[in-house]
Amino acid sequence: MREAISRSKRLDGRDLDEMRTLEIELGIIGKADGSSRVRLGNSEVVAGVKVETGEPFEGLENKGALILSAEVLPTASPYVEPGPPDEETIELARVVDRGVRESEMVDLGKLALIPGKVVYVIFVDCSIINYDGNLFDASSYAVVSALMSSKLPVFEVQEGEAVVNTGKKMDPPLTTIPVSITAVKIGDSVILDPTAEEEACMDARITITTNSEGKFAALQKGSTGSFTIDQIKKAAEIARIKGEEVRTKIKELTSNGH
Amino acid sequence: MVQTRSLIDEHGRRTDGRTMDELRNVKIQVGIVKNADGSAYIEFGKNRIIAAVYGPREVHPKHLAQPDRCVLRCRYHMSPFSTDTRKNPAPSRREVEISKVMREALEPSLMLEDYPRAAIDVFVEVLQADGGSRCAGITAASVALADAGINMRDIVPACAAGKVDGKIVLDINDVEDKEGSADMPLAYMPHLERVTLLQLDGILNQEEFNECLDKALQGCKMIYEIQRRALIQKYFGDEQELKEES
Repeated sequence: MREAISRSKRLDGRDLDEMRTLEIELGIIGKADGSSRVRLGNSEVVAGVKVETGEPFEGLENKGALILSAEVLPTASPYVEPGPPDEETIELARVVDRGVRESEMVDLGKLALIPGKVVYVIFVDCSIINYDGNLFDASSYAVVSALMSSKLPVFEVQEGEAVVNTGKKMDPPLTTIPVSITAVKIGDSVILDPTAEEEACMDARITITTNSEGKFAALQKGSTGSFTIDQIKKAAEIARIKGEEVRTKIKELTSNGH
Repeated sequence: MVQTRSLIDEHGRRTDGRTMDELRNVKIQVGIVKNADGSAYIEFGKNRIIAAVYGPREVHPKHLAQPDRCVLRCRYHMSPFSTDTRKNPAPSRREVEISKVMREALEPSLMLEDYPRAAIDVFVEVLQADGGSRCAGITAASVALADAGINMRDIVPACAAGKVDGKIVLDINDVEDKEGSADMPLAYMPHLERVTLLQLDGILNQEEFNECLDKALQGCKMIYEIQRRALIQKYFGDEQELKEES
């Protein structure tokens, strides 16, 4: 594989900077306030949004809370065993979270009910159904599209500080569409959207999230290899350009039937 | 993030009196944990961090051993008294992630193939946390690994740059981390010219991104000199004396 990639060839015939086909299905979980199933090639992730009320985070008393988790289900590959999340899964959830949080995709300032006491709490949970590489981007697209298609219950504060669910629904206050692009280095080549096989022989990985304005919001280098400064600057530029392509695609796929 | 006060005054000074390109005070002491094979203590602003290295030693549990190389394990942990409100001593998701990126930041600098079937454990304990504890932790851990006599390709200094009040500044402190608009920690091997850790929280455009990266890189080079001096100090005494002798 390393030899093939050094000659700019990939096992599935893609160009080095070509993403796999992205498919998004929305509203697949009726009980969730927003949901999506994303397929990026053979990687498949289901994300669900659940909204409750609760206490705000310390230091962020006047903001709604956003809590993101990820679980690689035992269905995802023969190598996954059930149990508490390992460090890779924790990193996955935290990197996806960082993209959504740092881009300020959800305007959490609009989701306080009784400042300091009761706020909207938005849970976004990802379940990885099938693993074929690049879970960072697949999960990120699932979370973003689930949030974009979600309808939040409208809570109201009544006299005596009682919070009631009015039964009405509202669109979430969204400000931007964060898109993550993951590149991995194999030998001296940098490729986008790696499959499981490609990840197995990668030296290093970099995930870069941009917002709708093409600004950088989050970045994470991973794995045990290293990059040169030039490779990073180039990857950042690619993330901006490819990110915009994926953003257009996500907009297109989430607008159908909604 | 809500800007509650100005973080840079009219003279271009930051909340702790530093200029845009100034590091906090950094002090490294080598070999302060007697039982460890290698250790370092770092004061980085208000950060107080101990890094201890044990190994190469036998791997437990044994099935984790690799036939062709050494296993590197890292634990980044914050003491309960290290933060403003007490931190639960159980490892948080943040600490698990930092332990992982820290291991990945150090691993490229080590010749792990020289110690097959063995393990090297790196324990980083944050006694007091200021902003940038992961960078300070990596900086100390790399010195501790050198102190342990592990075969290395390079030393790994780490430093953050970020955006505060619309300006790109070096070495983000606690307040700037919480109230500033972007934070980019970088770990870099100065001789091999390779980036081994890079993260970003916050919004930057392409130009700011490159500026931030270059600034963090300058910080790493400065910290490398401090690491080097700390090691020379331990093994050869005062650098001045050394020069006079030679």
